[in-house]
Amino acid sequence: MRRRTARRGHGGGRQEVPRGVRRWGRSFTRRDVAVLGVLLGTTVLLDVLVVWGPALASVGLSFTSWDGIGGIGDIRWVGGDNYAHLVEDYPAFWPAVRHNLLWVAFLGLLATPFGLLLAVLVDRGVRFSRFYQSVLYLPVVLSLAVVGFMAQLLLGTDQGVVNTLRGNRNDPVDWLGDSRVNLWMMMLAASWRHTGYVMILYLAGLKAVDPALKEAAALDGANERQTFLRVTFPTLRPVNVIVGVITVIEALRAFDIVYAVNKGRNGLELLSVLITDNIVGEASRIGFGSAIAVVLLGVSLVFVVTFLVQELRGAREK
Amino acid sequence: MSADIRVPSRAGGPAPSLRSSGPPRPPRRGRFGVHLFLSAVSLVFLAPLLLAVLASLRPYEETAERGYFSFPEKLSFDHYREAYTASGMGEHFTNTLIVAVPAVLVTLFLAAFTAFAVARLDLRGGVALLVFLTAGNLLPPQVLVTPLYVLFLHVDLPWWMSDSMSLYDSYWAVILVNIGFQVGFCVFVLANFMRTLPKEVLEAAIVDGAGVWTRFWRITLPLCRPALAALATLEFTWIYNDFLWALIFISDPGKLPVTSSLNNLRGQFFTDHNLLAAGSVLVALPTILVFLLLQRHFVAGLTLGSGKG
Repeated sequence: MRRRTARRGHGGGRQEVPRGVRRWGRSFTRRDVAVLGVLLGTTVLLDVLVVWGPALASVGLSFTSWDGIGGIGDIRWVGGDNYAHLVEDYPAFWPAVRHNLLWVAFLGLLATPFGLLLAVLVDRGVRFSRFYQSVLYLPVVLSLAVVGFMAQLLLGTDQGVVNTLRGNRNDPVDWLGDSRVNLWMMMLAASWRHTGYVMILYLAGLKAVDPALKEAAALDGANERQTFLRVTFPTLRPVNVIVGVITVIEALRAFDIVYAVNKGRNGLELLSVLITDNIVGEASRIGFGSAIAVVLLGVSLVFVVTFLVQELRGAREK
Repeated sequence: MSADIRVPSRAGGPAPSLRSSGPPRPPRRGRFGVHLFLSAVSLVFLAPLLLAVLASLRPYEETAERGYFSFPEKLSFDHYREAYTASGMGEHFTNTLIVAVPAVLVTLFLAAFTAFAVARLDLRGGVALLVFLTAGNLLPPQVLVTPLYVLFLHVDLPWWMSDSMSLYDSYWAVILVNIGFQVGFCVFVLANFMRTLPKEVLEAAIVDGAGVWTRFWRITLPLCRPALAALATLEFTWIYNDFLWALIFISDPGKLPVTSSLNNLRGQFFTDHNLLAAGSVLVALPTILVFLLLQRHFVAGLTLGSGKG
């Protein structure tokens, strides 16, 4: 492993620190070990208890049938039945999968590139760029519940701004109720927040790009677009990875906003909503809800693992 | 201020004289277009907020008759008073603070120490620990809901800790989940930050015989103040805005956080949207204020983990 690091490190032009020096500070007294044990132990225990344990338990529960009311003894093993049922005769499942994928595509292909564009423009240091930056970022601090409500204000049927502007009060478009358009409106509202987030991340990345690189490119006669595409963008790789993961995860996690608008029904079905409905709702079909959760977990893990592999590779190259 | 946050990756890099003698000026022609575009986008981004504020100031009859996009005639703060009292917002705001303040403090403390161990002690398995925690933060919360719900239901607490006698329907549950879920992100950010700190100080401390705790608490932590401030504002906003956990782990309406108090303003058959607008503005106000006052910290907080290029 370490030999490989040394070879990889070659391209970075940085020298590998000799092993003896790198391992400094590794001799611990008994008190050190106690402090480390208690504090690291608490963190790991909490993470296992709250995150990884439940995630694994969800996988287990997805093969069972349980109403959650009776004791744990009522849990019955049903094998893959939940999954079969999910795929074959749960009408909301495939629409929800489609909506989630659409959400990923919408954020990834529209909102994220738009955020990058805004970051590049703000980074050019025109006057008032601080003001622009603040305004564009402001939606990020809003709760999605509030965003959902604002969507109602703008898009509502009777007095909503958009319908008033269109001047068709007798035949208003039901932007949030009509299942042909409401998902798009929700994705627009989610993008409103997502764009600012992406912009800030890229802004930081752009600030860290060595200006000497751009100057060198300019000296070589590259125009602004070429400089960006060939020089700046490739050096943003670590940011690209993070933004990519945030985009996908945000899209898969989307919940609050549709829940605030109509509890995720009638065209706004998402996997997260189906899970909540099955588990918290009156039906309380916990095994079945967990099966949906596992599908979501699987999709998320694919992206998370890709991200971490990229991260680690990046860290090793340094 | 933000300068001490910036990653010193180009220390001794490009000749400073070259920069100060005049940065390459972008062509004049493009500037006007950039301004036009950015102000147009800013306006679109601000519009929903401004609209909500405007709607909250107008009486229901006026907007019901003429729609929200019309010239206002009567403006008053009545809706704010009503929204505040009708939704019991004061009480719910206290609930939010009861959850958010300890959650942020404990998260930052545990995350800082873990980050220190990973980034500064060179423990075996440090990277694995980092991966384990960070990946946990990226899982969708709904995946964790059921087992946690069952677990909390079965953990009994004495009455003085929770009047529901169990972890379920207590602030403890929400605090615990928030800590466990957020710690991964904070470790990730803080570990990246600590790697940029000079090692010499720590080496000197080791020579002086300082133990792990001293090296962490007295030497590393004070240097992390900008990162901690940034993360504190960030985490506070996130926990403040969250409503999924409370929705699932709390059943007593009196314990719900401020974000869910908006639902109290919805009538069963009729909802006064202007009242709801006032409520939304009130709910959003603390985070907006935190953002505007601590803007520099806040923005830096988001960028700490990524700006290490």
